Parts: sequence; structure tokens; C-alpha cells
Amino acid sequence: MTTRDLEVAHGGIPVGKEGIYSQQPILSARKLVITFGRVVGLDGVDLDLYPGEILAVIGDNGAGKSTLIKCLTGAYIPDSGEILMNGQPVHFRKPQDARMAGIETVYQQLAVVPALDIASNLYLAREERRKGPLGSVFRMLDKKGMERRAGQAIQRLGIQTIQNMGQAVETLSGGQRQAVAVARAAAFGSKVVVLDEPTAALGVKESGMVLEMIKQLRDGGLSIILISHNMPHVWEVADRIHIQRLGALAGVITPQSHDMGEGVAIMTGAKRLAPSA
Amino acid sequence: MSNTVTSAAAEFARRQHSPVQRVQHQLHARPWLSPLFLLFVAFVVFFIATPTFLTANSMGILLQQTAVVATLAVGQTLVILTAGIDLSVGAIMVLTMMVMASLARDGGMPGLLALLIGFVLALAAGALNGFLVTRINLPPFIVTLGTLSVYTAIALLYSGGESIQASHLPGLLNVLGDGFAIGGFRLTWGIVVMVIIYAVVGFALSQTAWGRYVYAVGDDPEAARLSGVPSKRILLAVYTVAGLIYAVAAWELIGRAGAATPNAVPDANLQSITAVVIGGTSLFGGRGVLIGTLLGALIVQTLQFGLSQMGVDQQWRVLATGILIVVAVAADQWIRKVKA
Repeated sequence: MTTRDLEVAHGGIPVGKEGIYSQQPILSARKLVITFGRVVGLDGVDLDLYPGEILAVIGDNGAGKSTLIKCLTGAYIPDSGEILMNGQPVHFRKPQDARMAGIETVYQQLAVVPALDIASNLYLAREERRKGPLGSVFRMLDKKGMERRAGQAIQRLGIQTIQNMGQAVETLSGGQRQAVAVARAAAFGSKVVVLDEPTAALGVKESGMVLEMIKQLRDGGLSIILISHNMPHVWEVADRIHIQRLGALAGVITPQSHDMGEGVAIMTGAKRLAPSA
Repeated sequence: MSNTVTSAAAEFARRQHSPVQRVQHQLHARPWLSPLFLLFVAFVVFFIATPTFLTANSMGILLQQTAVVATLAVGQTLVILTAGIDLSVGAIMVLTMMVMASLARDGGMPGLLALLIGFVLALAAGALNGFLVTRINLPPFIVTLGTLSVYTAIALLYSGGESIQASHLPGLLNVLGDGFAIGGFRLTWGIVVMVIIYAVVGFALSQTAWGRYVYAVGDDPEAARLSGVPSKRILLAVYTVAGLIYAVAAWELIGRAGAATPNAVPDANLQSITAVVIGGTSLFGGRGVLIGTLLGALIVQTLQFGLSQMGVDQQWRVLATGILIVVAVAADQWIRKVKA
């Protein structure tokens, strides 16, 4: 057996990095099935996300990437199968449930409100009030405090181009908006961040900035699911790559075990991965 | 890699803006600037054109004339901030006014009780608008166009089309027409109530989470929902609160007009929308500040009042207001295109 066969046999776990993979997955899916009328969205999909890793999910259009993610984040309820967090079964009925459990999603169509400023966006729907009667009786917001902490959150991501937290998000560039959305997802004690095509609408430089940011989040201990069509980006940042094909899992590889060409071949069905033992 | 990104982006941020861009930026960041400037210009023009304009007496009358529409416009601002529109403002106000007056005169109810029932009725009328918008998912324009007719018809049927003079009403109902003088400057309680409404709603919009949700729902409902904002609840609350505010306007109107008349302020809808739009609030939702609406209401009244003092025909005053609306909306479109 080659190293590569070994990795494939172990769900794409990189040889030599078994350490973190001996832990319990932070988020797992077991035999997820969802149908939309006669269309089978997911046909018994398994997924494991380990603490502190970037798991890329790739697949052709209609392969079930988005459907899988929506099941994991509470936007869809699977017909059957199990979702486990830290080994415990969880049942998300709506996105808010997943968020409460520590799974944050950055949607492709960027869930930021353009007219609101950066701090307001970061704290949208979890505003902090002032201390004392101003906050409890008059429900007054702690604007200064939220701006200060928003600034720290942006700083931690290594974004130096955003200085003024009172700036409206619509005046930011695409990459900066993405940074705000990611900062929002990474704040508030989240454990898992799901990024849906974070670089799709960005230029080369801004994509680079966002990829750096994703690595920083991982190095900070977050677990990340990255959905992307952009193979170079996936091979640049991912620790493992989950390949969806026709609503099922085609295999899990690593950027080291397979090159991009092979990955795409598996994704399109031109090549089959050796069945895992 | 991140270094080159940072420096290039930082350079971009430091680039020079043209003077026009800077003005655009300021207007974008401070939506109340343009109406304030417009009001200032109007004052200067009328001060030069007519000697009687800038007197304490005239200013008192101007404020009294503004109070009712300015109050209605607070509710209208809330609705427009959510990217909606309320065509039933005048209808809710008139219905409330007729019910309050008739309960007090014909039902012999004490003023306070009639007032409270009126408030509850307006609240329910606003809530019905909100229910139709949020639960039946009808566009606000259609909903309020329908309820405009419904509420107006009920008001006419209920009152039999006849007016009720203030002399037949308990003191509490027309107290807002009473006032006090500061120097030669005569203020009514109606003006005071109007200012209080602006202060309370202005605080809620700018200082509370609820206010932020109103802006968020109006600007990008999908993003707001994905962020966890309870969009439908916010919308329902906005229409309901707006109804309550129209009831306050009804109370002010009884005092101001000295009677409850079913065909009072026939163009209340257009006047309130005009005040909001000239005040810099975007009809597309999510943008604007409440103080702008007060300035907008003052601009419209100043134009009407000043031109009439100059002896200009009513038709010309209508024309001037119309032009002002078109210019205000065009300016809003331009300001919205601001770049970083």
C-alpha cells in the first residue's frame, strides 16, 4: 500500500498529521438523505469535520454541496440521517438553532446590510446595551463599546485597510465586505464557520486577502468548511477535501495525496477513488 | 502576499477625492444636511422677499401649520424606512378623529376614554396594514391603497359625513389647540406633542436595536433575516406604531381645526410622503434620519406659507412643491451612488 492508498483508506486523513484527527470530530454527518419530490438531493452522505481544520467541499453544480451545507446549518431538515456535534446528536430546525450551537455561516450572497455601518453589521441581531438604567430601561445601545470590539475583531483578522467602524458597509470593496461577514461569523464564540464561495466575486488580490483570513481563523482554532469552485484556492488552503458527486460522497482526499487534475477527475466521475476500507 | 494587498488597498483608500465626490460623501453620511440647507435657503429668500415672514407671529403660525403633517410624517418615515409606503395615513387619522369626537359627543364618554379608544382603534388599523403586509405578503402600496378606501368609507359612514364642532367636545380632546406664548411666539400643546413624538421615535431609531432592525429590514430584508433579525415582527411593529402616531396627529388636528371634520386635510398622504422624501429618506428603504422628515415638513410649509405671504397663487405653490419632490428624489438617487 502506498501512502496515498493509506490516506484514502482513512477518509483522507493526512499521514503524519494524524494527531488532530485522532480527536473526536467537532461536526459529523451520518447517512444524510434529503429529497425534493422525486429529486434526490443527498443520497446518504457522511461528513467529518475535525477541530482546527479547513475542510473544503467541492463538487460540480447539482452535486449536493449546497444542500449538504444547508442541512448542516439548519436551513434544510434532512429526511433521514444524523448530525452530530462533538459526538452528540443535534437537530437543527432553523438556522438560528445551528448558530446557537456555534455554527456560523457566511452565505454566498453576503448577509451584510449595506446601509448599516461595520460595527452595526457585526453586532446585528446581537446588539449589546449600555450598562445601568440607560440600557435596561431605555434599551440604549452601547455603540462605543460595540465599535471598539468590532475594531478588535477586524484587527485580529489582519485587515488593516478598514479603519473606521462607523463606515457604511456599502462604501467597502467586495473583499472588505467579505472580511466583515467573516469577522461576524468568527466572533461570538462560534466553533464552526461555513464559508460558501467566499472568493467567487473577488479579484486576485482580494481573494488572497480572504484566503489568508481563512487560514488565520483555522490557526486560531476554528473549524472551517469551505465550499468553493475555485480549485487553486481549495488546494492552497484546505487540509482535506470532501468531494461530492451526484448527491453522494465521491471521496475525501488531501491536497498532498491528489493533485488538482485528479480531484477534478473524481469530481466529474472521470476517475474513481479506490473504495475506502 | 498580505503585505502587498494591504499597501495597495491602503493606497486606494488614501486616493484624492474630487470636491463633488466629497460633497456627495458628506450628503451620504449626513442625510439631514441637504434639507437643512434647503430650509435655510427658503428662509433667506422669504426674509428678503416679505417683511412679515421672519416675525415671531409668523413663525408661530408656521409651526402650528406644520405640526399635524409633521406628526403624520413620523409614522410615514418608519414605514418608508422599511421600503414600504403608507397611503392610509390620512384615512386612519380621520377615522380616529371622527370616532373620538363622536364617542365624546354622542356617546357622552369622558374625554380620556374617547381618546384611549381612538388610540386603540388606530393601533388596530395600523396592525391590520402590517398583518396584510407580513402575513398575506401583499405589497404595502396595494395594502394601504385598499385600506385607504376602507378606512375613509368607515369614517364617512360612521360620522354620516357631518362635522363635530370642538365646542361640543370635552376639553381634553381639543387641548392641543391651546397654547402659551414665549415673547410674541405662540406655541400650542400640539407643537409640544409633535416635538415629543420626534424625540421618542428618533431615540428609538438611532439608539436602540429595534431602530437598527428597521433600517436593516428596509435596506436588505434577506440579509437581515439571515443575520437573525425577526423581519416580520419588525414590519408588523412598524405599521402598528405608525397607526398609533396617526392617532396622535388626529388629536392634534381636532385642536388645530377646532372641529372633527371627515374631509379634513384631504391631501394628508401626499403631504406626509413629501415631507419624508424632501427630508432625505430614501423611498427604497433603509436610508434616512427622522430629523430630516421634520425639516422636510417645515420646508413644505415654509414654501406654502412664504409664497402665500408673497401673494403667489395656490397653483404656483403646488407647482413649486412638485418640483421640489422631483429634485429631492433625483438627489437621493445620486447620493446613493456614493463610492468609498
